[in-house]
Amino acid sequence: MKKQLWRIGIGAALFLAALISNNSFGWGKTLFYLSSYIVVGGNVVKKAVRNIFRGQVFDENFLMTTATIGAMLINEYAEGIAVMLFYQVGELFQSYAVDKSRKSIAALMDIRPDYANLKKDNEIVKVDPDEVKPGDIIIIKPGERVPLDGKVIAGNSMVDTSALTGESMPRSVGIGQEVLSGSINLNGVITVEVSREYEESTVNKILDLVENAGGKKSRSERFITKFARYYTPVVVVLAVCLAVLPPLFFEEASFSKWVYAALSFLVVSCPCALVISIPLTFFGGIGGASKRGVLVKGSNHLEDLAKTEIVVFDKTGTLTKGVFNVQKIEPVGISKEELLELIAHAESYSQHPISESLKRAYGKEIDNSLITDVKEIPGQGVSATVRGKRVLAGNAKLMKEHSISISNDEENLIGTVVHVAVNDQYAGYILIADEIKEDSAEAIKKLKRENVKQTVMLTGDNKDIAGKVAAQLELDDVFTELLPHDKIEKVEELLLQKSAQGKLAFVGDGLNDAPVLARADIGIAMGGLGSDAAIEAADVVIMTDEPAKIVTAMRIAKKTLGIAKQNIVFAIGVKVGVLILSALGLVTMWAAIFGDVGVTIIAIFNAFRALNVKKL
Amino acid sequence: MKKRFILEGLDCANCAAKMEEAIGKLEGVKEVTVNFLTQKLVIVGEEEKMPAIVQAAERVIKKIEPNTTMKSA
Repeated sequence: MKKQLWRIGIGAALFLAALISNNSFGWGKTLFYLSSYIVVGGNVVKKAVRNIFRGQVFDENFLMTTATIGAMLINEYAEGIAVMLFYQVGELFQSYAVDKSRKSIAALMDIRPDYANLKKDNEIVKVDPDEVKPGDIIIIKPGERVPLDGKVIAGNSMVDTSALTGESMPRSVGIGQEVLSGSINLNGVITVEVSREYEESTVNKILDLVENAGGKKSRSERFITKFARYYTPVVVVLAVCLAVLPPLFFEEASFSKWVYAALSFLVVSCPCALVISIPLTFFGGIGGASKRGVLVKGSNHLEDLAKTEIVVFDKTGTLTKGVFNVQKIEPVGISKEELLELIAHAESYSQHPISESLKRAYGKEIDNSLITDVKEIPGQGVSATVRGKRVLAGNAKLMKEHSISISNDEENLIGTVVHVAVNDQYAGYILIADEIKEDSAEAIKKLKRENVKQTVMLTGDNKDIAGKVAAQLELDDVFTELLPHDKIEKVEELLLQKSAQGKLAFVGDGLNDAPVLARADIGIAMGGLGSDAAIEAADVVIMTDEPAKIVTAMRIAKKTLGIAKQNIVFAIGVKVGVLILSALGLVTMWAAIFGDVGVTIIAIFNAFRALNVKKL
Repeated sequence: MKKRFILEGLDCANCAAKMEEAIGKLEGVKEVTVNFLTQKLVIVGEEEKMPAIVQAAERVIKKIEPNTTMKSA
């Protein structure tokens, strides 16, 4: 860049000398002009000539060379050189702007760990994270970045996960807990057993997604690629027509005047402003979103997100915490402890979250030797023999089937009720319920303000529970008791309800709704941190479990799209304006220069705004 | 098969677009991305044709922007 600066300085001095030297010198003035041109534009001309030999005709260098030499041939020395001078100044600014954006992108990507402290036969060696294998032991000191995903086997500390989640509150980790690569260890030394190699690690996946998000191009990007392909040749052809036709048809038209207009055409014929600024805008938006804990897997998804009309939520794990807890134990004829013990054992073989919560509430080891004859009854519950007693645990249907009468205060309970019968005698029930997330209601309200027309909840849960949750969250619609394939059907029905331009987003936890995530226009997975399945299946991954981040993502998307549109309209507008005015002979080549480099610089700085998403 | 390269000295956005187009037309290339901002080139192509693709891509890049060098990432 220094070299470029010198070139501009010397060239400008020679140019000034040419301007003030008087004509009495005759050739002196021309000599100053020519030497100034050679200093300033020599490399451009050289590149132009070289590229012609390589078969690359219509590039910037060629156009600038033609425009400036053309100007000098029609005796407009001052303008020819000024154009070259300004072009170079513009290029300097442009490379500065590109350099700056590359640096801020690098800063965005600065979550890549440089090394890992690998423990090797009582020795600690610094190695590349790539060289560490699963099962290896690494030491992470305070202030260091966690290089690989793994489990803490010694020590405890606070870790800052903000680079991954956008969440500024540090998390505490201790023995047995997982730490994720990319987070920063704040205060304690921890020893970690590596669980995944670097290639598969969280930090590498995030970097990969952000870097390659540009591969899936948005409509705006595809538009400018196409535009750029036709724009330059069309303008060049027009320029030739402009130089040749008027003098041919009108006697009074002066050749040099029209050549001058044609040369201005050439100056604005590069679509650089668009080609640089639009991808930069989307990259900025995606990068900014990742800083806030939202991974967007492509510019096209960012574009869709801005046009979301219908948001469909899965209930469990998305709007609710997905953690079932025993809320109430109501025994009949036996003690609370005995009821809990029997039911925890009877349900212990099931993988259902309800069984997990029962085990959690029971709190003691399950003794498998006590359980025999376990039989799952689909849609009803389970029967098992525990300590020689025949235990039935399940819903009201199961009790009815065995003609056991139950207490009927179930109507007032929100949650899942598990009834228990021991040796065909009713023994009471246990209420298990899921909690609504703190920010769910607010998220739904805010979505409405972002022009989302419809919010819908789909769930496999029963009508009572889901209805109450939906009412509390003020959702527009709710569909209950759905099996996984019913969810796809519902989403397909809803897809028909949106307008032609609008998009439907499905928000799920990515665990068992992958087909639905894929079917929706935009699949959003929640709580993606550390979950490969969610990252794979979705278009947008929310790293935390906050539904409010969907609103953040939509706002970022809208801002990004807005900037892209501004740039497209501004750049094309100025260029077309300059073309029309110069065709009419109303503007000088100076305006054309602004139409080229000036617009590029302004568009780049505008694109920069997309990176700033702190307040969204 | 996916290969990643760093394009050192990639200074012109329009050239990046041209490279992407030209490499995309090479035989055996399934997908190609030239990222002007991160100066990265990613080629997805048929495994057995990869060495030929890489050589051809190098020629394409040199032809479009002689100051750019392709380094494996």
